[in-house]
Order: sequence, then C-alpha cells, then structure tokens
Amino acid sequence: MSILFMANGELIPHLFRTEYRKIVSVLCKRFGFDQIETAEDIASDTFLTATQTWGLKGVPQNPTAWLYNVARNKAASHLRRDYLFEKKIARELKSNADEIKDVSSGDTHEIDLSPQNINDSQLQMMFAICHPSIPAEAQIGLSLRILCGFGIEEIANAFLTNKERINKRLFRARGKLREGKISIELPGPADIDQRLGTVLRTIYLLFNEGYYSISQDKTMRKDLCLEAMRLTYQLIQHESTNLPTVNALFSLMCFHASRFPARKNDTGEIVLYQQQDEALWDQTLIAKGAWHLHLASHGPHLSKYHLEASIAYWHTIKADTEEKWENILQLHNKLLQIEYSPIAALNRTFALSKANGKAAALAEAEKLQLTDNHYYYTLLGELYSDIDNGKAIASLQTAYTLAKTQTDKHTIQKKIDMLRLSECP
Amino acid sequence: MDEFLLLMRLDIITKEAQPSPEQMQVYMKMYQDWVGGIAAQNKFIGGTGLSMEGKVVKPNNVITDGPFAEIKESIAGFIMVKAKDFEEATGFAKDCPILQGEGNSVEVRKINVKS
Repeated sequence: MSILFMANGELIPHLFRTEYRKIVSVLCKRFGFDQIETAEDIASDTFLTATQTWGLKGVPQNPTAWLYNVARNKAASHLRRDYLFEKKIARELKSNADEIKDVSSGDTHEIDLSPQNINDSQLQMMFAICHPSIPAEAQIGLSLRILCGFGIEEIANAFLTNKERINKRLFRARGKLREGKISIELPGPADIDQRLGTVLRTIYLLFNEGYYSISQDKTMRKDLCLEAMRLTYQLIQHESTNLPTVNALFSLMCFHASRFPARKNDTGEIVLYQQQDEALWDQTLIAKGAWHLHLASHGPHLSKYHLEASIAYWHTIKADTEEKWENILQLHNKLLQIEYSPIAALNRTFALSKANGKAAALAEAEKLQLTDNHYYYTLLGELYSDIDNGKAIASLQTAYTLAKTQTDKHTIQKKIDMLRLSECP
Repeated sequence: MDEFLLLMRLDIITKEAQPSPEQMQVYMKMYQDWVGGIAAQNKFIGGTGLSMEGKVVKPNNVITDGPFAEIKESIAGFIMVKAKDFEEATGFAKDCPILQGEGNSVEVRKINVKS
C-alpha cells in the first residue's frame, strides 16, 4: 500500500500500526523486559513528535526513516542518561559496585533498526511474550499491544471488555515478564509447539480484527490483515517455526484475502459473498492458499486452522454444489467439536440449510439462542424467507436494532425491503 | 449447568441389524450432524465414537477379546454434554441417530462434579 495516496490524517495511524511494534521490539530487545515501559514510552513519544512536527512542517520524504531516526535519538539519549545515572550516581548510592552492570564495556548507545534486526527482534519478541509463565489472556493482550500496535480501546473491543480491565491486564502482564526474567529469544525445539499456539492465536485475532473489524465502523482494514499475514509468513520463513499449523493459518488467510478486491464496491460498501464478482477474486492468493494447505497436511495434528482453511478453500468455489456444502457442513461439525464460537455455530447452521434443507436448519437455528448477536437474527431472517416471511421480517428488524455498524444496518434494511416487495401482490 | 455422559450402545450381534456400507455412510453423516448440532449450542464437552476392537480384563488375569460375544449391546461411543437437567440431556439423546437401529440404546448418566 502506497502511503503517498493516503490522506494525511490516515498516515500516522497507519504508520503507528506498522512501525510502533517494530520500534518497541528492537528497543525492548536492547533494554530487556525490565525497561519495557521505557521502550513503549519512547515509541509512543516518537509518534507524538511526528504528529507535532509533521503537522507544522509537513510530512517528510521518507516518514518511516524519519520515525526510526527520532526513535534512535530518543533511545540513545535514554541510554546515555541511564549510563550516567549508573556511573555517577548509583555507584555512590550503592555500596557494592559489583552489582552494577558495566554498561560502558563495548556497548554503544547506537540502536540497530536494520530490517534484519527488526525481523529477528520481532520473531523473538513474539515468543518471549507468549511465555508459559504468563496467563494466555495477558499474552494475547500484550501481543496485540506490543507486536501489533493495537490501541487499548481496540484490544478491549476485541475481547468485548473495557479499557480499564485491559490496562490492568497489561500492567500485570508486564510485571510477569519482568519477574520471570524472560529473555527475548526463540524457544528450543521442545517448547516451540506449545508456545506457537498462543502466537498463532494472536495473529489469527489480528487478522480477524482486520477482516471483520467489529470494533470500528470502518468495514475493512486490509492493513491489519496484511500485517497478520506478514507475521505468519515470518514464522514460515524460519525453519523451526515452519510447521503444519502455521501453514494452515497462512493458507486460511490467503483464501480470505483473495476476496479483498471483491468485498467492496466502488462506493466502499461491503459486497456479500453471494453477490461478489468472482472474476475479482485474486487467483494468485487462492493458489498460494492451496499450496500452503498442502504443506499443512503433513503431520498428525488437525488444528482448527486446518479446518477453517479447508472451509475457506471450499468457499473459493462459487458454484453451489451438493459436495461443496456437505463438505463445509462436516468441516464445521468438526470445528465446533474442537472449539465453539458463535460465528462457527451460525456458519454451520447456514451450511446445514444448504446441505440438509431450510426446515432442518431452522429447527437447529432456534436452539442456538444467540439473542445478542445480530448475525443470528440475520440468519433466522434468511432461513424464514419463503417459509414464513412475517417471521423473516421480524427477525431482520431485530437484527437491524442489534447491528453495530451502518454498513450492516444498510445490508439488513435492503433485505427487509426486498421481502416487503415480494409480499406485495 | 450439569454435565452428562451419553453412552451409545449398539447391537453388533443380530445379523439383520447390521447396516450396509452405504447405510453406514448415511449413519456417519447423521452422527456428525447430530454431534455438530450439540456443539453448535456450545453444549459439547468431548467424546468420540469407538473402534470395534477391544479387550476385557477380568479378575485373575483373564483377558478376553472384547465384550462382544457375551452381551448384545456393545459400547459404540460416548459423548459428554452440558445440559441444565436430565430433560435437556435426554433430549439430546433422543436425537441420536444410533436409535434408528432396533436394539440400540443411549444411556444418559449424570457426571458427579465435585462442588
């Protein structure tokens, strides 16, 4: 994505999303987790400086290089202050001078923001944050904050909780990183499997945040998805993390991303799957997805990413065949046994209507009782259509009330209008 | 919400009761759809179908090949579900496709969870 075409107001949030975490990773790797707040502060501070300076003087030629430069300077002066403090003051305060690490020995205050070091630091950071001594919830929050540059509010939205709770969780999690004296490095072969699970889940959440974007009224945030794909690809490129589940996740993302060009019309409205022009689907990404699904098929473990990737594969075939929907149904049946989610339950019920008929699906849909979910009522509306249009309209009206975004409301209203039209003689 | 065990018992002795391979495929789909339906309600805890191979260990170090020769109903599989009461749990059981076969049964047992 070219930043030249981006409106000025979107540039800084965009860069914050892609660069904040790189700066934090490199600084954290350099300072260690006992100075994680400092690393975050310097990164945040860098963006504050950018907002002020660019607002006055305009955007520099190479904004990213500009940011790195400022971060580098801020970090260097922090290290210098730290060094002076250690050398001049702390030494006098502490009787035992041996306890103080000698920061002057061969250590410069230069910060390495080369692509190689950014890559390495981020990969090591992914695993350091997903350390077993930290509760999974905190790992995910911390990952979203530090690896992905999510705002506190966005994290709160992703977890359907409030900012205070996320802040508390992050505060505790940072404490754990410090207490655990966790070093920023890749785990050994014995630990990789277990620790990869949390890393993948976090990346998966990041992708979903971009693809479905519930938390903001912007229908698609492609950047987020591309970042998630980039993180996954980083794992694939590294030999010890190039594992079947990682390939399955990457495959899933490729299949989903292949529909990006078709998901929005010229006016920026979301185009639903059934109405999409399949000529716009990106065949290169579909082929890439198929290739990584093939790579994922080695090994005995069938993860939810395998199942979701297989479902996404069937969706790359537009034609409604019996085989397609039967496969999608069975994959959902398996997926739900591994891990329940409301969206999987709803998609499974939709597949059921395609494979076993609307009546069978309606009976099952009524049992789901996801009464705070507007997709649930949209599905009920869909299933009741042509069976009981009165109930269909009533369901869609409930969906309209519950829908959070204007785009969703608009789509639902269209369906209501269509049903009303068909009711008229 | 309590936890219940649904124990599926299958008559694998009576010749007439045995499904053809085609029927078997239909049953498998029905079974997967049934479990999927429970899982879609977030009521599935775990469980699986079982292979027909088995051993039975008895006192005095007696080991036999499966219970199959002695009793009519063999355990074909089990799942554990969440349900608010016996009524809901038996409701799940009633829909189990194994009950399409004469002589088969689903036993519903409440799992004692330490409070």
